[in-house]
Amino acid sequence: MQKSNKKIKVALIGNPNVGKSSLFNLLTGLHQKIANFPGVTVEKKTGSATIFNSTTGEANNLEIVDLPGTYSLYPTSPDERIPFEVLCDPNNEDHPDAVIILADGTNLKRSLFLASQVIDLKIPTVLALNMMDLVQSQGIKIKPDELERRLGIRVCPIIARKGVGIEELKQALINDIPVPTADVYDTTLIKPSILNGIRKELNLKSNYAALQIANHINSLEHFNLPEEQIKKLQNLFEGADYDANKIQSFESLERYKSIQQIIDSCVRVSDEKKVSFSTRLDRLLVHRIWGYVIFLCILFIIFQSIFSIAEFPMNFIDETFTGFIDLVSNLLPKGVLNDLIVNGVLAGIGGIIIFVPQIAMLFMFIAILEDTGYMARVSFLMDKLMRNFGLNGRSVIPLMSGVACAVPAIMSTRTISSWKERMVTILVTPLMSCSARLPVYTLLISLIIPSTYVGVFNIQGLVLMSLYLIGFIAALVASIVISGLIKSKQKSYFIMEIPVYRMPRWTNIGYSILEKVKIFLIDAGKIIIAISIVLWFLSSRGPGDKFEKVNQEIEQMTDNTENSEKKLALESQRLEYSYAGQLGHLLEPVIKPLGFDWKIGIALVTSFAAREVFVGTMTTIYSVGNDENLTVKEKMRMEKDVVTGQPRYSVAVGWSLMLFYAFAMQCMSTLAVVKRETGSWKWPVIQFVYLSALAYFTSLIVYQILK
Amino acid sequence: MILNKEMSTTSKKLSQLKKGDKCIVDSYKDDSMQQKMLDMGCLPGEIITIDRFAPLGCPIAISVAGTMLCIRKDEAENILVKLVD
Repeated sequence: MQKSNKKIKVALIGNPNVGKSSLFNLLTGLHQKIANFPGVTVEKKTGSATIFNSTTGEANNLEIVDLPGTYSLYPTSPDERIPFEVLCDPNNEDHPDAVIILADGTNLKRSLFLASQVIDLKIPTVLALNMMDLVQSQGIKIKPDELERRLGIRVCPIIARKGVGIEELKQALINDIPVPTADVYDTTLIKPSILNGIRKELNLKSNYAALQIANHINSLEHFNLPEEQIKKLQNLFEGADYDANKIQSFESLERYKSIQQIIDSCVRVSDEKKVSFSTRLDRLLVHRIWGYVIFLCILFIIFQSIFSIAEFPMNFIDETFTGFIDLVSNLLPKGVLNDLIVNGVLAGIGGIIIFVPQIAMLFMFIAILEDTGYMARVSFLMDKLMRNFGLNGRSVIPLMSGVACAVPAIMSTRTISSWKERMVTILVTPLMSCSARLPVYTLLISLIIPSTYVGVFNIQGLVLMSLYLIGFIAALVASIVISGLIKSKQKSYFIMEIPVYRMPRWTNIGYSILEKVKIFLIDAGKIIIAISIVLWFLSSRGPGDKFEKVNQEIEQMTDNTENSEKKLALESQRLEYSYAGQLGHLLEPVIKPLGFDWKIGIALVTSFAAREVFVGTMTTIYSVGNDENLTVKEKMRMEKDVVTGQPRYSVAVGWSLMLFYAFAMQCMSTLAVVKRETGSWKWPVIQFVYLSALAYFTSLIVYQILK
Repeated sequence: MILNKEMSTTSKKLSQLKKGDKCIVDSYKDDSMQQKMLDMGCLPGEIITIDRFAPLGCPIAISVAGTMLCIRKDEAENILVKLVD
C-alpha cells in the first residue's frame, strides 16, 4: 500500500443500525467534514485519521468516507444508490483504495450478504465484526479465524460502543490489505457474453462489478463515463434476453446459499429464546393507548425545553452579542462602513447564532430518540395517521418542532426516507406557528381583542390558541394538496428495521449536535448574511434629498438623553424616506385590499429577515409624535383611519394581519435551510410563492368580510 | 418465480394474518419488493412472526431472520406466506 505521504482512501460501509457512526467517530474523532454527494442531497461525511504503525512507528494518513447505511448494493432509494455508485464505478471521485465492512455479529447472515457483494467487487477489504459483547451474551459462537479463511479477507472482532478492538482494526487498515482472490458467489456463468463485453469495455477486474453494472444499465447517469461509452454498453444488450430483476433475485438467492455454507462452518447459534427486554418495553411504548400518551409526554418535554430552557442561552447570546455590537460600533469610526458592519453583517450574524441553542436542543432530543431506537417506534405509531395527509410517520417530529422554529425542524426531515414525503413535510412545516410569530401575535391580539373572560377562559388566550390551530390545520390541508401535486420519480418502501432498545451513546449524540450546528452556521449562514445586508441597504439608504437631509441630521446628533426622543422621530422619518419605506408606499395599492397601509408595508418588507422584526419596525415607525410616555401599542391603538375616522387597527385589520403572519413565508433563515436541504433554489421559491399567495388571499377574504 | 405449485394453493397474503401468527415465506408478488426483502435477509423459507399491528391497523411489526421489521399493509400484501401452527 502507499507510503505515508499519500492519503489512503477508505470507505466505511454497513447495514443501518450496526454502529457505523460509532466506528466512524472512533476512527476520525473531530476531524470530520459534512457535505453532500455530488448531484444528490445525500449527506456525505468524510473524516481523516492518522494511524501510527505499531511496529515501525510510521504515520499513515487515512481519509475515511462514511457511506449511507444499506442492506445491499442493489439500490432502492437515493441513499442506497451512493454505495453502489461509489464502489462499482472506478472513476467515481470517492472510489476507495480499501473498504471497511461493518458487520453485526448477532445477525451475520444479513451482514455477510452486503459484505460478500463488496468482496466480489475485488476491492481490498477488512471486515469489522461488531457487537461481539451481544454475540457472547446471546450465546452465539463465532470463529473469526475460520471466517477469515472462508472469506479470504481480514476479520477484526470489535465492540464499537466500548472501543474494544479498534487498535487492531486500525493496524489492519495500514498494513497491506490483500485484494480478495476468490468470489463468495461466482457469477461468471451468468450471461457471459454480455458481462465479458462490459468487463472488456470498462477494463474491470471483477466479474461481479460487470453484473452490477449490467443490472443498472439504464440508470448509469451518475457514473463517470462518457455518453458514447454508456451507449456502447447498452448496445451489448441488443437482442439479448436480459431480465435484470430475475437475474438480481436469482443471484441474491444463490449468494445466500454460499453464505449459509460459510455460516454453518463458523457460527453456532444457541437455541434458547427468552422474551427480551425490548419486547417487554414495546408492550408499553407501542401500546394502543399508553404508546400515544407516552409519545405526547415526550413531545411535551421536547417543546417545553426548546421554548423555555433554550431561552436562557438565547438571552445570553442576545445580550453578549448586543454588547459586542455596541463595542464594535463605538470602536470603528462613524460612517457607512461602520453602519454596514454593525447593522448589516453583525446583525445578520446575530440573527444566525441566536438559533444555535434551539437547534442544539432539538437535535439532542432527536439523537437520543434515534439512538435508543424509540424513533422507529414513533414511525410505527404515527405512520397510518400521517399517511392520510400524504405524510410519513417520521413527519411528526419535524412538524411539531416547527412550533418552536422551522429551521431545525426542516433540518430534521433527513430521517424521512421517502423523497416525496420528505418534500411535502419541508414545504408545509413553516405553516406551524413558530416562536418568532409569538411577539407579533401578542402585540396584535392585545390591540384588537379585549382581555375579558368567557367562563374561565381568557379570550386573548383563546385567540392565540386558535392561531396555532389554524396554522396546524393549514399544514395538514396543504400536505394533502401538495402530495397530490408532486410526482414521485421513484417507488419507495416504508419497510425498515425496528432496532432493539439501547442506551444512548452520548459521544455520538454530541457529534450529531455539533454536526447540525455546523451545517446551519456555515451553509444557511452564508445566505442569511447576504439577505441581511440587502435588508440593511434597503432600510438605511434612500433615494433623493429628503433621505439625505434626515440622515445627515441623525448623524450629526450627539448621543444624550435629551435629544433621544427627537432622534427616534428622525429615525422614523428616515425609515419612511428609505428604499424600504418607498417600497412600503409602492406596496400600498397592492396591500390596501387587505387593510394594510404603507407603514405595515414597511414592516412586511423588513420582517422578511425574521417575523419578530415586525414589532421592532413598528416601534421605529410609531416613534413619531410627542407623547413620550406612550408605548407602541398605545400609539398604534390611537392611530385613526384618515378616511373613516375609525381606529386604524380595527378588528378586521388585526385579523387580516395576524393571518397574514400565520401563513406568509417571512423568514430568510427558513428559505436558506430549505435551499440547503433540497439542494436547489427551486423548492424555496415554490414554497415562498405558495405561502405568500395563501397569506395574501386569506387576508384579503378575511378583511373584506370583517370590515 | 420461486413459487412452489403445491404451496400456492394454501398460501395467504402476509397482510391477512393476525397478531401472534407464524408463517413461512412462500413467494413475492412484486419483483422490486422481493429484492428489498431479500436484501434484508427475508428469504423464501424464512419464518415470519407477526409481533403486533400498529394501533390503527397499519403498519405491521414482524420478526424475521433475527430482526424486527416494520412494514406497511399494502407492502405486506405482496408477500405470500404459508401458515404454520
